[in-house]
Amino acid sequence: MTLQQFMNEAISPWMREEGPDSDIVLSTRIRLARNFAQYSFPIIASENNLQHISTFIQQEYEDQTFQDYRDFLFVPIEDLTPVERRVLVEKHLISPHLAEKNHVSAVLISKNEQVSIMVNEEDHLRLQLYFPGFQLNHALTKVFELDDWLEEKIDYAFDEKRGYLTGCPTNVGTGMRASVMMHLPALSWTKQIKRMIPAINQLGLVVRGIYGEGSEATGNIFQISNQITLGKSEVDIVNDLESVVRELIEHERNARNYMMEQSSTHLEDRIYRSYGVMAYSRIIESKEAAKCLSDVRLGIDLGIIENVSRNILNELMVLTQPGFLQQYAKKTLTPNERDVLRASLIRERVQLET
Amino acid sequence: MECQECHKRPAALHFTQVINGEKTEVYVCEVCANEKGYMSYPEEGYSLHHLLSGLFNSTFESIQSQSGSQDKQEELSCPQCDMTLSEFKRIGKFGCPTCYETFSDSLDAIFRRVHSGNLTHHGKIPARIGGSMRVQKQVDEYKDELQHLINNEAFEEAAKVRDKIKELEEQRRGDDR
Repeated sequence: MTLQQFMNEAISPWMREEGPDSDIVLSTRIRLARNFAQYSFPIIASENNLQHISTFIQQEYEDQTFQDYRDFLFVPIEDLTPVERRVLVEKHLISPHLAEKNHVSAVLISKNEQVSIMVNEEDHLRLQLYFPGFQLNHALTKVFELDDWLEEKIDYAFDEKRGYLTGCPTNVGTGMRASVMMHLPALSWTKQIKRMIPAINQLGLVVRGIYGEGSEATGNIFQISNQITLGKSEVDIVNDLESVVRELIEHERNARNYMMEQSSTHLEDRIYRSYGVMAYSRIIESKEAAKCLSDVRLGIDLGIIENVSRNILNELMVLTQPGFLQQYAKKTLTPNERDVLRASLIRERVQLET
Repeated sequence: MECQECHKRPAALHFTQVINGEKTEVYVCEVCANEKGYMSYPEEGYSLHHLLSGLFNSTFESIQSQSGSQDKQEELSCPQCDMTLSEFKRIGKFGCPTCYETFSDSLDAIFRRVHSGNLTHHGKIPARIGGSMRVQKQVDEYKDELQHLINNEAFEEAAKVRDKIKELEEQRRGDDR
């Protein structure tokens, strides 16, 4: 297997399967931060030590298979071009932080892209496991199994009182960040989401825009995740998150029904206009593209637009990012050139369906 | 005024750049502002870490003012990685696993704020290296249960739990031999 597979396909193989509640929940992710007991954390560790870790991971886990997660590909970050790094960030396989690193950082990715293990990011290891739709409990079971499998050969930094020790005090304890990616157009339009966020925060959970820390929600996609990692068990954290997400799903469904009952013509108009822009525009900025994609995806979920697959949102959200566009064009593009290519890719994708 | 980049379109935006203390004024059109990157800002803006290190400093200051003259004491540093307390304060990150012991006196105050008052781990224990810890955790849970049952005078149930504890403790002695 080669890196090219990851670079050419916008949509990861695991995303093609439909998960539970996938009209609203796009994906579920659980991340565990783990460190080797005997080495300093990457922020100050010697290059020699980091090299040891990286080499160890490569020797022990490259080309290995664990359960359904087959043929791990080991990719040193320094071997990647800036565009390739960006593509991996846009596919959420590595973090922006890892992409900026040069020496001795790497990532281990399973063939179906469900597992990615970042090596020498802020912690020695960051295990990530993705599932389509809403399946937090299943994801937790699986990530624990993966964690135990890795631990067979690695002495983790663990303390009876503080739990798993991490580089940043915000991750200590479970080292776990469980998150759910949701498409909430009706809650955004009716401004209900803004009123719900403070309440969600009080439960130790955070609501963020699509590309993680600091960014605003593009295309009405929100990520809900736990903030607290110490003092609560993984199961309790996941249960709290689960109940909040259930609540959000129900509110979103109600808001969608309400909009359909109250102003179906306005709603249809908005959806069809966005569909028109996607089908015919010649220049489109990423922000407008995200808005149109969100509208059209809602149209598909509500049965207003037929014969277009649901995956169009997941796929085009990634495909129309700057990194992917340049990977596709095989050259660097100015923002203007990107807007032109973006429009043409979207048109092509929409035509493919009709 | 025309755009200073393309010299074609009218300038619509005004930027003040300060590089190495030198101030420059730029007038550009919207298109050039986008293409030449005037509109972009550094990826790492004001992040959680900035907030955190601010929070640490205020926490440490209150600790220091309580414990009196900090200056006279020798600076605390980690024997494993040489991270000093002031460096830890500045970056808000640990240097190595041993830092958790080195700075343990200062940590409760920080963890309490970051993790809603929680100080101890109640989750997963590593399967291999945490073997005896896992048994201990189970024994502790049974003991709590036992106490609860005795308080409620459920002696029959309590006897069962007591046997379970015995079994685990014997098993552990067996493992130690």
